[in-house]
Amino acid sequence: MVLILIGAWRGERGFGLVDEMAVGILGLALVTIALSSTPDTSVFDGAYIDDGFSRFMKALTLIGAIASILMSVDWLQRNGLEKFEYPVLIILSTLGMLLLISADNLIALYLGLELMSLALYVMAAFARDDGQSSEAGLKYFVLGALSSGMMLYGASLLYGFAGTVSFSGIAAAVSTSAPIGVIFGLVFVLAALAFKMSAAPFHMWTPDVYQGAPTPVTAFFASAAKMAAVAITLRLVFTAFPGVKDQWRQIVVFISIASMLLGSFAAIGQENIKRLMAYSSIGHMGFALIGLAAADEAGVRGVAIYLTIYLIMTLGTFAAILAMRVQGKYVENVADLAGLSRTNGWMAFFLAMLMFSLAGIPPLAGFFAKYYVLLAAVDAGLFGLAVIGVLASAVAAYYYLRVVKVMYFDEPAPAFDRAPMAVRAVLAVSTLALLGFWVYPTPVMDAAAAAAKSLF
Amino acid sequence: MFGFGILSGVIFLPFVGVAFLLTQKGDDEASLRNIRWATLATTIATFALSLFVWSGFDTTSAAFQFVEEKNWLGSGLVYKMGVDGFSMPFVLLTTFLMPFAILASWTSVEKRVKEYMIAFLVLETLMVGVFCALDLVLFYLFFEGGLIPMFLIIGIWGGKRRVYASFKFFLYTLVGSLLMLVAILAMYGKAGTTDITVLVHTWLPDAHVEAPTAGSVILAAILLKMGGYGFIRFSLPMFPDASTHFAPFVYALSVIAIVYTSLVALVQEDIKKLIAYSSVAHMGYVTMGLFTLNAQGMQGAIFQMISHGLVAGALFLCVGVIYDRMHTREIAAYGGLVNRMPIYAFVFMLFTMANVGLPGTTGFIGEFLSLAGAFQANSWVALIATSGVIFSAAYALYLYRRVIFGALDKASLMSIADLTPREIAIFAPLVLLTIYYGVQPQPILSATQASVDNLIQTHTALIDAIKLAAAGQ
Repeated sequence: MVLILIGAWRGERGFGLVDEMAVGILGLALVTIALSSTPDTSVFDGAYIDDGFSRFMKALTLIGAIASILMSVDWLQRNGLEKFEYPVLIILSTLGMLLLISADNLIALYLGLELMSLALYVMAAFARDDGQSSEAGLKYFVLGALSSGMMLYGASLLYGFAGTVSFSGIAAAVSTSAPIGVIFGLVFVLAALAFKMSAAPFHMWTPDVYQGAPTPVTAFFASAAKMAAVAITLRLVFTAFPGVKDQWRQIVVFISIASMLLGSFAAIGQENIKRLMAYSSIGHMGFALIGLAAADEAGVRGVAIYLTIYLIMTLGTFAAILAMRVQGKYVENVADLAGLSRTNGWMAFFLAMLMFSLAGIPPLAGFFAKYYVLLAAVDAGLFGLAVIGVLASAVAAYYYLRVVKVMYFDEPAPAFDRAPMAVRAVLAVSTLALLGFWVYPTPVMDAAAAAAKSLF
Repeated sequence: MFGFGILSGVIFLPFVGVAFLLTQKGDDEASLRNIRWATLATTIATFALSLFVWSGFDTTSAAFQFVEEKNWLGSGLVYKMGVDGFSMPFVLLTTFLMPFAILASWTSVEKRVKEYMIAFLVLETLMVGVFCALDLVLFYLFFEGGLIPMFLIIGIWGGKRRVYASFKFFLYTLVGSLLMLVAILAMYGKAGTTDITVLVHTWLPDAHVEAPTAGSVILAAILLKMGGYGFIRFSLPMFPDASTHFAPFVYALSVIAIVYTSLVALVQEDIKKLIAYSSVAHMGYVTMGLFTLNAQGMQGAIFQMISHGLVAGALFLCVGVIYDRMHTREIAAYGGLVNRMPIYAFVFMLFTMANVGLPGTTGFIGEFLSLAGAFQANSWVALIATSGVIFSAAYALYLYRRVIFGALDKASLMSIADLTPREIAIFAPLVLLTIYYGVQPQPILSATQASVDNLIQTHTALIDAIKLAAAGQ
């Protein structure tokens, strides 16, 4: 099945495809994954695994990619960038992500990571006449190369000490004793992955790249790319390093706390909404990692639910950002939203609900995301982490509220132009999903539970 | 016995009103009238439905009634609703006060009336939900969900410093309730180890002062009660040991709250702020009464909450009346109102007296019972707390003198008009209830009787069991 998909995507490159085809193909892949119920299979000599966990994460990634393409069409046309390379790059990058999610040894991991990243570097610089975009692309590339280097260095250490690249082989090798070299390698690999998911202290690129890259590309970074990075981190630590759980837990707890605090405090002063969302995403990654720190099945389920809801929130928010256009010109400052509740009541309502959800206020879905990771953390005895988490989210609530305040309490700024259909649709659908989550959460809950189960 | 889901009916009925309001477009006079009447009709219908629940409520039973239970969300989260002697009075109080809150904002809210009414109806749903929820997470869900509409109500329709007040209100409450969430989660695994309840009250005066009148009414009358209700519903039954253990600490906090905030109230220049501080002082009686863990104290505390809901709500309405006319809350801006507004002076006098705890009003019953309960538990606490009654008389009467009496020498006040028929219609039921339950408190007391007795019995039994276990080791 996966081979067919890969083949299909490769085949397209020569055709000069259009957006609709890209969406169609990704949609087809999504349907295939959703419908497939094959037992766990492993191909390419155990390099590639297809299990419940990978299917769940792939579905999320594909949803992110599809929504990103849909939202980008209008933006690209208005900025004179309707080049066919764009959907091809998204598809290539998505392919990298899918490979990454299913990677079952270090080589596949590296291949997937690079395929994803190389396409992302180009996409960040896609608006090539715009200085900020080029700067973002270059910055991302240089720092990304650094993280690839760390990944390779760590992977070679792991191979040197464990004598194998396969995850299960490494797990067997370190099950009894963990040489210091393996721990070193693990630290390097985790650092490289933390870079990809933009968790502190490896977040430095995030605000600049998020702000500089074209908005639809940022949406893609914040949605699909994060899903893949978190997914492979989960798989790596649970399948390759169950034996050294105590060691990697320390790292994860540290990264988690650092990300949450940084995401909460650094975002307070931001005026640019894309930059604000960059810090917000750092904080959210920290929160998702709480579930990983719990290091058990409930924790993974929490992370899976968190990522699902985070994906919806991110897509909705970026749809709102893409709808911020005054007299044909895109704007991206928080102040531009002033008085939106009077000029465009529905959009203000949707964005306000997204903000409340990001802040984790019930009964919106964002609350349940936090609830399940906190539940896992408390069950695992991580009270300190849970308390820091809730305090950080209270601080974070401040800047989400500020957006609501600007929209509802301030005097109106110039009204926005009418947003294209696709953007409005993504905004409305994601907000309604967040609002209605508590009515019928069963499908997500069940799928997440099944995904977590297959990882153990 | 009344068919399926009548409680859910009460809870979600306001949403029907919201759905109707969403269909209303435009802001011409006719549609504004539609919006206001529709909201009023919805709140009255909700009150009628809750009365219907009340009529089927069995006051002799301590068990939960009208219980609905549905499996939800999996992993221990259930949709479980029910009322007992503790929550029934609060549900009635909430649904009873909502129409008044709407009436109070009839003309004073001029901008974005539709959104305002929607926010209020959503708030009503969430508040009734808090009192009916029998699942901790569900309780939390309703509790914190209430922050969103309240934030908007304060922030959009509030006074001058509304933005500051709304942020402060939101963030303080959020921190407190998030810590509560961690506690809930911790209990989910192993029950009864810690008791985290944050008593941070500094947000309250700010939120009150800047909120629109109806918002203050709801804050004082209902949202403030959720804390006390949380104590009854969760702290006492779930942490019997901790409750006994921390009782002296809670006494100390309560007494400090009573005396300190009464003194602070004495020097306030802003009418609303004064009443807000007095609310904090009154909640001191409530926590004190609850932790006496005897029947009198607890009944007194519950009665005090209901009474305070009526009285403080009415007082904020009183302030709203003159604020609508003069657009200032400075005490110094008023004086001699009795000459121009005799009916208003009478109404204000009555609620001031009820606030002080004059016999014959509801305030007296609540304060007397909780003090009597405290006296049994710890006479020193009762002694100091009683001094709070004197202070409250001092600040309330001082306020009354400055606003109502004296010479009418301010030019701006020369043409101030007395209560309109609409305002009289708002105050009349509140006046009647305050006096009726002050003279005849039995209906409320008997409603809570069975549940209080049950709680105390279980509590004593649990404490005995813990002692026994400790002795056995």
